Amino acid sequence: MQGFIVEYLPILVFLAIAVGMAIVVVAASYVAARHYPDGEKLSPYECGFEAFGDARRQFDVRFYLVALLFIIFDLEVAFLFPWAVALGDIGVFGFWSMMIFLVILTVGFVYEWRKGALEWE
Amino acid sequence: MIVQTLTFCLLAAVTLASGVMVISARNPVHSVLFLILAFFNSAGLFVLMGAEFLAMIMVIVYVGAVAVLFLFVVMMLDINFVELRQGFLQYLPIGGLVGLIMLVELLLVLGGWAIRPPAGVVAAAEPAVAGVSNTEALGSLLYTRYVYLFQAAGMVLLVAMIGAIVLTLRTRAGVRKQSISRQVSRRRDEAVEVKEVAPGSGI
Repeated sequence: MQGFIVEYLPILVFLAIAVGMAIVVVAASYVAARHYPDGEKLSPYECGFEAFGDARRQFDVRFYLVALLFIIFDLEVAFLFPWAVALGDIGVFGFWSMMIFLVILTVGFVYEWRKGALEWE
Repeated sequence: MIVQTLTFCLLAAVTLASGVMVISARNPVHSVLFLILAFFNSAGLFVLMGAEFLAMIMVIVYVGAVAVLFLFVVMMLDINFVELRQGFLQYLPIGGLVGLIMLVELLLVLGGWAIRPPAGVVAAAEPAVAGVSNTEALGSLLYTRYVYLFQAAGMVLLVAMIGAIVLTLRTRAGVRKQSISRQVSRRRDEAVEVKEVAPGSGI
């Protein structure tokens, strides 16, 4: 337990430096810089003219579909990592259990390909 | 050890604080950003517990993909969020009730575990022997001992894939698509017609 945690110490040091740096930079500009607050400085700027509307607007649900399909294949690949690491121990049974898993997901892949979910109109 | 404890306290505190901010932030986009912060911190907590693989998956799947999905949902809903916030306190009793029930359930499970750990399960849940990494320990169990659960996970992913396509795929009418096979199989005599034109007259 103690052994592998030590390997993460550089990340902790890096995080501490990053957070400290961010605080120092913001605090320094807050303390050292001159302040002339103005309402216009905070107003949205759009190439010189007034902004037309809210930045939030509805967009097509197809983006959501692409993100969802990405997440599913992301998870599929995530299952491959421990399998690849432990393939020496788990033998033929482990190999074929992963193959069946991949076949199940390939069925879904073929379905979405045939449906045209991967095409963009 | 002291560094470990301090890191745990810091990560847990930031996780809780950003969790509170998720439900209390006025802007829903800010809520999602605080959710991402909470995910990162819980990944750190997983590392502290020794679940390295889970921590990395947390960063890849939750921060990389689930948070994007939440952002999409926030963007796609055309709801006046200021209006939605009006009844925030109105739902406090029922939310508190759900939270209380979950707390009691957690206490029951953990309390039962503390009083008498069930035999057999502990052996599998125990941290792996020295020299075997977390990912390897996971891999040696998941694909053989828990093979049915693993295949069920594959089925769940398949259902999610088909469900997403069935629910959101709309083919718009009147969209001109490129058909490469039709383009390639086109021959000259279907596309071009040669006409004899007499001098001085049109077609």
